[in-house]
Order: sequence, then C-alpha cells, then structure tokens
Amino acid sequence: MNKRLVDVLVIGAGPAGLAAAIAAKEDGIDNLLVLEREHNPGGILRQCIHNGFGLHRFKEELTGPEYAQRDIDKAKEMGIEIQTDTTVLSVDGENHLVTCVSSKHGVELIEAKSIILAMGCRERPRGALGTPGTRCAGIYSAGTAQKFVNLEGYMPGKRVVILGSGDIGLIMARRMTLQGAKVLACVELMPFSSGLNRNIVQCLNDYDIPLYLSHTVVDIKGRERLTGVTVAKVDANRQPIPGSEIEFDCDTLLLSVGLIPENELSEGAGVKLSPLTSGAEVDDVLQTNIPGVFACGNVLHVHDLVDHVSNESFKAGHAAAAYAKGLLERGETIAVRDGDGVRGTVPQFIRKGVSEEVDLMFRPSGVFRGATCIVTCGDKEIARKKAMIFTPGEMAVVKLKPEIVAALDGPVTVKIERS
Amino acid sequence: MADILIIGAGVTGCAVARVLSRYEANITVIDRGADIAEGASKANSGIVHAGFDAKPGTLKAKLNVDGAKMYPALCEELGVPYSQPGALVIGFTEEDRATLENLVRQAELNDVPGCRLVEREEILKMEPNTNPEVLCALYAPTSGLTSPYEMTFALADHAAVNGVKFELGEEVQGVAKGSDGKWHVTTSKGERVCDILVNCAGVGSANIHNMMNSETLQIIDRRGQYYLMDRMAKLPFTMTMFQCPTKMGKGVLVSPTVHGNLLLGPSAEDIPDELDTSTTADGLKFVLDKSRLTWPQASPRGTITNFSGIRAHEAKGDFVIGAVKDQENAYETVGIESPGLSAAPAIGEMLGTQIAEEMGLAKKAEIVPAIKRRKPFHEMNTEERAAAVAENPLYGNLVCRCEVVTEAEIRDAIRRPVGATTIDGVKRRTRAGMGRCQGGFCSPRVAEILCEELGISMLEVTKCGGESKLLVSSIHDAMKKEGC
Repeated sequence: MNKRLVDVLVIGAGPAGLAAAIAAKEDGIDNLLVLEREHNPGGILRQCIHNGFGLHRFKEELTGPEYAQRDIDKAKEMGIEIQTDTTVLSVDGENHLVTCVSSKHGVELIEAKSIILAMGCRERPRGALGTPGTRCAGIYSAGTAQKFVNLEGYMPGKRVVILGSGDIGLIMARRMTLQGAKVLACVELMPFSSGLNRNIVQCLNDYDIPLYLSHTVVDIKGRERLTGVTVAKVDANRQPIPGSEIEFDCDTLLLSVGLIPENELSEGAGVKLSPLTSGAEVDDVLQTNIPGVFACGNVLHVHDLVDHVSNESFKAGHAAAAYAKGLLERGETIAVRDGDGVRGTVPQFIRKGVSEEVDLMFRPSGVFRGATCIVTCGDKEIARKKAMIFTPGEMAVVKLKPEIVAALDGPVTVKIERS
Repeated sequence: MADILIIGAGVTGCAVARVLSRYEANITVIDRGADIAEGASKANSGIVHAGFDAKPGTLKAKLNVDGAKMYPALCEELGVPYSQPGALVIGFTEEDRATLENLVRQAELNDVPGCRLVEREEILKMEPNTNPEVLCALYAPTSGLTSPYEMTFALADHAAVNGVKFELGEEVQGVAKGSDGKWHVTTSKGERVCDILVNCAGVGSANIHNMMNSETLQIIDRRGQYYLMDRMAKLPFTMTMFQCPTKMGKGVLVSPTVHGNLLLGPSAEDIPDELDTSTTADGLKFVLDKSRLTWPQASPRGTITNFSGIRAHEAKGDFVIGAVKDQENAYETVGIESPGLSAAPAIGEMLGTQIAEEMGLAKKAEIVPAIKRRKPFHEMNTEERAAAVAENPLYGNLVCRCEVVTEAEIRDAIRRPVGATTIDGVKRRTRAGMGRCQGGFCSPRVAEILCEELGISMLEVTKCGGESKLLVSSIHDAMKKEGC
C-alpha cells in the first residue's frame, strides 16, 4: 500500500475545497493534495447551470460551472494537485491519517500535517420525512433530478409537484418548466419558504407556479410509477388538517426538504459535531476540536450563497497552512452562544486575545421583519446589524471588528431583537 | 426428463427449486414480479425465529425449528448474512406472564433449545433500554437474523447454476389439466406446459390452488408496516425484542437487522388488495406507539424509510404443504406467513424430496456448489480492500457512498446467475441506495451501469420493472413534444 506524506490535505474539490487549497498554496504550502470522489472537480456547482453565482465575490453573475471553473483554472495555474475519482474511506483524526481508494492508485494512506474537511452536504430523502404511501418510481430529491436534467440530459417526469421550498427545489421548478414539464405546485410545510426570496420571485412567481405554505404531502400514490400525491394544510403543530386535502395528478415528486452536512468521515475522525448545524464545532479559523483538522463550506454548515462558502474556505486554507508550518497556536477560547431568534451560529468559539476580524454566521430561527441582530459580551453590546428582514432562507452575517475581538473577555451571545 | 414448473420466486419457491435442482428434471420458476423476492420475501422482519411461538404439532412448529437449525450452515454455504443475537418476548402483566410461561412450555414441546423465563432485573441487565415497567420475559438464545431477500437471491443463484431457469414478469392466469395429462398453465406471456406443477405463489397461492381443487383455500392478505432506522453508533438493543403474541401474530418488534439498522414493526391489517404495499399514517403511528411499549424512546428520528409487506395468512392458520389433494403431479405451499422465512430451507427439503420420490426423479451425479461470494467491500479491512482493488480496479470506484458499495460489486450483482435488472434489484443485492441518502447520489450511476451491462438505454431503466421507469424522455424530446 502506498503511503504519502503531505503538508495540507483537502477532502473535496467543490467550491470549499478549491478555495481552501488556493489559500494554502498562496501561503507557500507546496506539498498540497486535494482529493475528489467525482471525475471532475467543481462539486455540486457543476450541475447548477443557472446564473446568480459570484455577485459578491466577482461582482458579476456567473453560472455554477463558470464560478467553479474560475477556481479550477486558478488551482491549475498554481500547480495544485487534484486527484479525482478518489473516495476517502476513513479519517484517523488523532494520527492525521487518511485512507482513500481509487481504481488508478488502489488503496492509499495519506498522512497530513493539516486536514481540511470540505465534503459538502447531501439532501434529506423521502424516508426522513416519514411520508406514507407507495414506494414507486418518480420520487427524486431535487438535486438528483437536477443531475439527470443538467448533466445527463434526461427528464425525470412531465407533471411535477415539489415538496419543500429549498433553493434547489425552486431552481428545479423553473428548470423543469423551461424544459417543457408542467410544475403544478410547490408545497412548503412551514409558513415561510426556506429558499432565497429572489428564487421565489424568479422561479415560481414568474412562471405562475403556486406556492402552498403550511401544506405538506400526506399520501403518495402509484404502484409502479407515481400517479398522484395528496397535499393537505397543516396546523400550527405541523399536523395535517383533515378535510383540507388537495389531490394532484402528477408523475413526479421532487423533494427539496433540507440539506444535511455530510459528516460521516468527520464523525469517524472524532470531530465534535454541533446538533444545530450538523457540522463541526469550530473556532474563528475553522479549526475543529481536533488540532490541525479544519472544516469549511457546506460540510460545516449549509450556506445560502457560494460566495460565503469561498470566503469561509479561504480562511480555513490560510489557517491550515499556518498549522502545517507550526504557526497556529491553540490557546484559550471564548464561546459564542445562540440567543433569541438565532440558530447554529458559526464559529462556536473565538480564540482569546487575537485581533482579527470575525464573521459570525447563522440562520434566523424564524421570519423577523425590521429586526436588529445584536451581539453582546457580558452586558456590553459589541455589534449590531439592522435588516429589513431576517429569514431562515438567508444566512445572516455579523462582523466583529479586530479591536472588538481582541477585547473579548467572556462568552459572546448573538440574538435578534424584534422591533 | 420431467418438466417441472414452479410458480413463485419467493424464498419458498427458490428453496424448493434449489432442492429439486439436485435431480434430473427441466425446472422453470416463473414469477409475476420483475425480480425474485418481490413479494413477502422482500419485506418482512428478517428474523430466523427460534420456534417457540408456533403451536406444537403444527407444520409451522416443525418446519420453523427444522429450518432455523439449517440456517447457520446454509448461510455459510450460500454467503448470506446471518447472526444469532437471541430474542426476548417481554410481558408487563400477570396475564402476560401466563402467556410467556405457556410459550416456555411450547418451546420445550417444539424442541427449541435454551428458552427460559427471565425477570425484570435480568432483562434490564441484558437490554438496559427496555421499558423499565417490564415484568418478565421469555429469553430465546437461538433467535437469529438474516437478510430475507439475500437468502432468496442466493437460493435462486444456486438453483440456477444447477440448471433451473427463471422467467420473471410472467403472471399465471389459469391452470388446467390437458387431455395429454400435462398441466397447461396460461400466463400473461402465453401458455406453458409441464408434467409437474408446484405452487409456491405466496399471497396468490390460494387462487392457484382453487384453480385445481374444489376444496378451496383462502388467503387473507395481512399487511405489515415497518420503520427502518439508520445505522447508529450504538443500537438501543442487541437482541430482537418481541411483545406478547396475539391472534393477529407476533406483535410489534424492535430489532436490529442483520446489517446493523434498527427495525420497528410490523402492524397487522387485513386488506382487500394483495399487492397494496403502501404505508399509511395510521399504520405507521400504530407501529411507533406499540414500539414505545418496548422502547419508550422510540421516535421517527433517524428513519431511513418506511415500507410494508403482505403476509399470506391461510384462514385455518397453518402452512399447507404437500401434494394437491385429488390431483396428480401437483404440489403446493400455501399460507406461508411467519415463520415462513425461518422454515423455508426445511420446506424446500421436505417438499423437494417428496416430489423427487413420488415422481421418481433420478439424483444427479454431480451438484455444482454455490458460487463463493466475496465479502462486501463495506465489511473488508484496509488490507482486504487493497487486495480487492489490486485484483479488480473497479473495486476502487465507490458508487454508493453511504453504504460503501463499489462498481465491481454492482456489476457483479447484474452478472449473477439470476442477476439484477432494476435499480431495486441492484439495491437489494448490493445495498447501493439503502443508506441515508436513499440513492440520491448513486442512482444515476447505478442506472448507467445497468445500461452498460444489459445493453439498454437510460429510458428503459426501471426502479422495479413494469412501468416504473426512472426517466421519461431526453430533454430534447421533451422540448419537441411541447412544440418548442
């Protein structure tokens, strides 16, 4: 069995892994390896052929493949080694030892000074919802349907109902419509959408696709291929209200009911996960509880915009490079806590005494109009951000200035104050 | 050589076929399903019952105990997963205690080894997550676990390498004795003529019996719904946890599966449609509520899927196995419900041997041994994995990341003697798509491999045969039809 020694190993060549690798390389890490299970780098962006990516980072509207290609080109130009068609089987966190397999190189062991976890996320499947009915063909997660349409060139169906209003579901409502399918409805359990507002407008409203809020699918019909679904209104406890059923005659049900960071490898490595984000608990430089193991992108917490993913991952790449060079001290940390209206703030810890800017990112726990996000340390307010609307579909970001971070002397709390 | 037609490619039909394949005969197995194990054999608890539950003196009791004894060696021979974690049947009242004491006596009469009554303290020591209100339990150390569909596939493969033909997607519509003295079987694909007919048609077995015999049998289609939970770092129970049996069956169990998932179920509802394997909100709620009696923490969190299977319950209660009354050259297995999976190897031996003796079939000089199956990549250690990839580089291509299934294993599943032809067929043979993403990532790749192996197009790939097509058109054709 081959065994390689590298300074920084990145698992995943999606937008997170690519950005992290570029940052590490910029800091002079030459013995750097990126492992990717697919045949091509780029991650999920490869199938996101719609535009709207890169507005923040590049100040222009790119498609997913275009956004990814910029980082792929840059990585290539910098001479970063990306080994594709290679699946990581396990990560030994204590010994920084990664086991991976590919048909070309067989089983390989790679020992790395720093490891960056950038495996992305996966979609919540039907089984997790417990929806009763038959188990026929025609039920897909929105991302799987997107892959069939955009990468393989096949239509999974003609008459479509979408359950969940996550961004991929909304994007697929438009995509299926443009490709000649009839999208009958988008059904959302919650009283609000979990997708970006721009996607509601551009993907549903523009095509007269009705959005049923506070509704869910209560029955799935069809023995071989899907023939219909029953949708019902739900009460405040999200329980179906008898008598409110609507029948849809459809051959396809797409699910866009949430994304879950793909942390099986992290768990195996002994990385401590947050029950709120389902990702690692990290400090302000994205270091996990295991020294020298970092996490960034959707494996850390599910982002709304890839621009945020790239920014976060640059930070992880720089920190991993510093760790590999022995320059990253790991001292005391200050905890970051969720207050009212806030769920799963990342990072969970800030290193004590550093004077660097820190981005606090979180998902609001509900829809709050004209509210203010307030960050406190003890009795002292240290940052605030007003917004027209805070919604779970959009990541909220609050910046802490370097001098504020340097002066932190106790736990930090992030909350939303309603007006 | 005699032509034998076996109707039904479930675990019973395949077990009978495998035993008959040791004799000189032309044997064909037909089934309406697109794959073998498409009926009750694919959707049950996967328990190899110890044998204390069946009434002494019944066929169920005898064949359960005999079958269960055969399981360890048979699974070893055929490469089917098997484990023997034991079982507890728990009781909460003095009435339950009486029932359990009766089960202990039954266990003795049925010749089931090691069964005894255990009290609360010992139960909570054995299984600390049991409802603390438990009073006593029957402990059955020989209760086992297997994978019911993998057992069926393995029996079929072994029969096939010994010459048995499998014809799938063919439904029997009529059975009649011709003037030539042979059986003429009308099917959805035409007519089949055979010398010996064997009816192992599960939920359809009474219908076929009634085509041959005026003394009718009645199958009650009894649906059982289940929750299947994701693998966990530590399962709450190591043993199969039963509740006191009722007249509707063995009640709701909470059990590990042989693959390390957790299974809750089944419900027991008599339904009018033998093919209606849908789940219902009420049925699933029943399973969850009942599970909480065993395991108060039971919740739908971590559910991978819910599913249901239909048990073929014969109205009189026991298995009906043997020659069809007043008919020559016709045999049957009717009412094979629980403990049918446990009993299947014994049913195969009993009925197969009876047919061979009565029909005067000659023993083959040589029987081809079962194909030695390689350990799944998922279960290999690093050295074994390295060796596997060195020998076949396709082991290096991971297709299902949740269950760690490789391209080599998926191609092998399609190339097996009775190979997979559908997405579900690949899933049940390899576990690709059985994990937490439920095929979201791997199904497009599995579909491509099916196309390459079977020489079909993506538009012909089905989930489970028939009209269960995965895709409806190419994106270009979709546009054309809309006149764009």
